[in-house]
Amino acid sequence: MALKIALFGITRDIVGQPTLEMPAPAPATVGALLDRMRASYPALGQLRSCAVAVNNEYAPAEQAIGPNDEIALIPPVAGG
Amino acid sequence: MTPHLSITDQSIDVAAALAAVQTDAAGAVNSFIGTVRNQSGGRRVRRLHYESYDSMALTQLGHVVAQAYEKWPMLQEVAVVHRKGTLNLGDVAVVVAVATPHRAESFAACQFIIDTLKQVVTIWKREEYEDGTEWVAAHP
Repeated sequence: MALKIALFGITRDIVGQPTLEMPAPAPATVGALLDRMRASYPALGQLRSCAVAVNNEYAPAEQAIGPNDEIALIPPVAGG
Repeated sequence: MTPHLSITDQSIDVAAALAAVQTDAAGAVNSFIGTVRNQSGGRRVRRLHYESYDSMALTQLGHVVAQAYEKWPMLQEVAVVHRKGTLNLGDVAVVVAVATPHRAESFAACQFIIDTLKQVVTIWKREEYEDGTEWVAAHP
């Protein structure tokens, strides 16, 4: 099961591309995804925060994710 | 009372945002206009680059406005327009406009919307200085 992750702002700079495809972590949860992303890209761990969005909503660590979800990494926002 | 929410790569028409909240039920229209400043943390800013995750930004903005309607049930109309792309000094980055029967709620609702927008809406700002660029608020 592959997941597609959209990257914005500084997370896109860190990863070096606007989207990333990766096999789903086990368990396939938001928390496990963040752990794996931080292990692959340690600079993500230096950010003030890094949230995960699932289908346009902020998602808690225990939320399950699948290939049909729209998943994105959300670094600290700075609108306004 | 459907809120007027948009994210645009074009110059923001402030007058249009104010007109969008006009209603005979309101005796107060309050607005916040965020503009591009020439310095940040002591560094001279040349221009700003805003990036938006549009679908989520509009979803979250909808939540923010829904919260405002819950907190101030007398709130009539709301408009929020946020710019994305490259902005020069003095350009309008965001406009929040609200219409309420009386002025006290108009100030409070307008401030709540811009303050909460800054916390949850998925828009990122990269400042460009004389000697490089930086994503705002990215690092502690």
